[in-house]
Amino acid sequence: MSGGARFEYLLRLGDSCLVLGHRVSEWCGHAPELEEDIALANVALDLTGQADLLLGEAARTEGRGRDADALAFLRDAWDFRNLLICERPNGDFAHTIVRQFLFDAWQVELYAALTGSGDSALAGIAGKAVKEAEYHLRHSGEWVVRLGDGTAESRTRAQAALDALWPYTGEMFETDETSAALAAAHVAPDPESLRPGWTRIVDSILGEATLTKPQAGWMQTGGFNGRHSEALGHMLATMQFLPRAYPGAKW
Amino acid sequence: MAEDRNDWPLWEVFVRSRNGLAHRHVGSLHAVDGEMAVEMARDVYCRRAEGVSVWVARSADIVASDPARKDDMFEPMVSKIYRHPTFYEIPSEVKNI
Amino acid sequence: MYTQGLDQRPADGATKAGDDPAALAAFQARVDREEKIEPNDWMPQGYRRTLVRQISQHAHSEIVGMLPEGNWITRAPSLRRKMILLAKVQDEGGHGLYLYSAAETLGVPRAEMVDQLLAGKAKYSSIFNYPTLTWADIGAIGWLVDGAAIMNQVPLCRCSYGPYARAMIRICREESFHQRQGYELMLKLAQGTSEQKRMAQDALDRWWWPSLMMFGPSDRESIHSSQNMAWKIKRVSNDELRQKFVDATVPQGHYLGLTFPDPELRFDEASGHWTHGPIDWSEFNRILAGDGPCNRERMAARRKAHADGAWVREAAAAFAAKRARRQRAEAAE
Repeated sequence: MSGGARFEYLLRLGDSCLVLGHRVSEWCGHAPELEEDIALANVALDLTGQADLLLGEAARTEGRGRDADALAFLRDAWDFRNLLICERPNGDFAHTIVRQFLFDAWQVELYAALTGSGDSALAGIAGKAVKEAEYHLRHSGEWVVRLGDGTAESRTRAQAALDALWPYTGEMFETDETSAALAAAHVAPDPESLRPGWTRIVDSILGEATLTKPQAGWMQTGGFNGRHSEALGHMLATMQFLPRAYPGAKW
Repeated sequence: MAEDRNDWPLWEVFVRSRNGLAHRHVGSLHAVDGEMAVEMARDVYCRRAEGVSVWVARSADIVASDPARKDDMFEPMVSKIYRHPTFYEIPSEVKNI
Repeated sequence: MYTQGLDQRPADGATKAGDDPAALAAFQARVDREEKIEPNDWMPQGYRRTLVRQISQHAHSEIVGMLPEGNWITRAPSLRRKMILLAKVQDEGGHGLYLYSAAETLGVPRAEMVDQLLAGKAKYSSIFNYPTLTWADIGAIGWLVDGAAIMNQVPLCRCSYGPYARAMIRICREESFHQRQGYELMLKLAQGTSEQKRMAQDALDRWWWPSLMMFGPSDRESIHSSQNMAWKIKRVSNDELRQKFVDATVPQGHYLGLTFPDPELRFDEASGHWTHGPIDWSEFNRILAGDGPCNRERMAARRKAHADGAWVREAAAAFAAKRARRQRAEAAE
C-alpha cells in the first residue's frame, strides 16, 4: 500500500469530521433549547478534535512539512475529501439531526472496525473516537425518534430531511482504488462491509421514529474525489478567511 | 411566545465525581424525560470530566422538610451531645480508646 | 461570563410592604451572621424580587453574550482556536443555565424569564451590544470583558443566597481559563505581524471604555447599593471593583506593548493606584436604553432562535407525553 493511499484515506476521514464539525458549530448560540445548544457544541468539539488528530496524521504521512492547520485552512475545495453529506447546509433542526444520525451510524461502524486496524496510529484514534461517535449516535438517534414520532409538523420536517439527505448516503460505502488498497493491507475495512451494520441501525431508528425509509435511487457522489457541492466553497471562504487574508501569520 | 405550553419540566441533577463518593446535588436543568435529562446532565454538568455517574429526579417529585419547622425537626438533636465521643472524659494514660 | 450594573434598585416595596418587622430583623440577623439563605427559607419580598431580577439578568447576559463571540467560531484561524472558542462559548451557555437554575429556586420558571428577555422587558449586560469586528475582539473580550466579569463575580461567590453563591463558585471555577485564553490570544497578536498588532490595538481601543463601564455607575451616583450591601447580595462597591480591575489590567496591557485609549491614565505614586480619565456615562446610558450598535441584532437573533426552535420543543414534549402514555398502558396490561 502506498503512503499516498493512506494520506488520501486520512483526508476522507479527517475532512468529513472537520466539515461536519464546522456545520454543527454554526448552531452555537442558536439551538432550539439551551440544553441542546450545549449538547450540539459537544458534538462539534468532538468532531473538530477528531479532525485535528486525523489531519495531523495525514500531514505526517504526507511528509511535506504541512500540519493539520495547513490542511484545514490552506486547501481549496477540490482538495477536500469529505463525504458530501457533511457539507450539506444545516437547514432546520430536522435536517441537522437527520444528517448527524446518518453520519453517526456510519462513523460508529467505521471506527469500531478501525479499532482492529493493522495501522496502530489509526487504531488508536479510532479507539478514542468510537466512544464519542457512539454517544453522538445515541443523541441523534433519540432526536430522530422524537421528531418522527412527535407532532405532525416535526414528522413532516423529519421525513423531508430524510428524503433530502438520503441520496448522500451511498457515498459512505463506495469502493475505489484507495479503499481497496487499504482493505488489502488490513488498514481499513472494505467500505461495503459497513453497510449491513449501518442499515440495521438506520432501520431500527427509522422504524421507531415511524419514518419511511426512502427508496434506493440515484446516489450523489464526488466528495472522495474533490467534486463537491456549491455549499463547500462558501463554508471554506468563511473558515479560511484569516489564514488566507494574513499569509504566514501565527494565531 | 408568552405562553409556551411545551416548557420542558425541571430536573434536579446529582453527580458522583468518582467511585467511593456519594452523588452530590449540582444543579438543575430542563428535559422532556429522564433519558434526555441524564444525557443533558452529562453535557451541562460534566464538561470537565466531573462525574462517573449521574442521577436525575423530577424537581416536582422531591419532598423536602419545611424550613419553618427547622426548630422542631433539627433543634432537639443539637442537645444530645452524649452521642459524640468528645462527651466522655477518659484519663490520658488509657490508650486505644 | 459577564455581569454589569449588578446594583439593582431594590425592587418596589423592598423595605416596606407586607413583611413583618420582627421577621425582617431576624432575617437581617441571619445575614449578618453570614448564614446562607436557602430557597425555602423565609425571606423579605424585596430580597426575593431583587435576586430574581439580578440573577435572571445575569443569566440573560450569559446567553446574549454567546452571540458576539459566536460570531467568530466559524472564522477561528486554527483548529486549536476553533475548539477553544467553541468550548468557551459553550461554557457561557452552561453558565446561563446554572444561573437560570438558581433563579428558578426562587419560584420563577425559566420560560417566564426568557419571555421577559425576548419581550424586551429584561436587561442584560450592555457590553454585548458592541460588535466583534476582528479576530482580536475575541482576545479582547476574554482578557478585558471576562477579566472585568471575574472581578465582579468573585465577591458574588459569597452572596447570602445559597443557590446563587453555589452557581457563582462553579462559574468562577470554569471561567478561570476564559480570561487566560483571551490574554494569550492577544499576546500572539502583539508578537505577530504589523497587521496583527494593529488588530490588537484597535480591539483595545474599542473595548477598554466599555469594559470599565461594566462595573456600573460610580458609587457617588449609585443610590441603591446600600440595601443590597446590607443583604449581602452585593459585597463590594462598583468603584472599588473597577479600581481593582484597572490596577490589574493596565500592566498586562503594557506588557503587550499596547496603548490604552486614555490620555489621562497614569500611575499615582501616592495611592499606589492607576487613575483613569472620566467615563462617558452618556454612552453607557444610551446603550442601556437600547441604542447601541447591536442591541437590535442581538435581540433579533435570540428571538429567531426561540421561534425557530418552538416546533422542536413542542415535538419533544409531545413525544415524551406519548411515550409516557404508552408505558402506562403497558404497565396496566
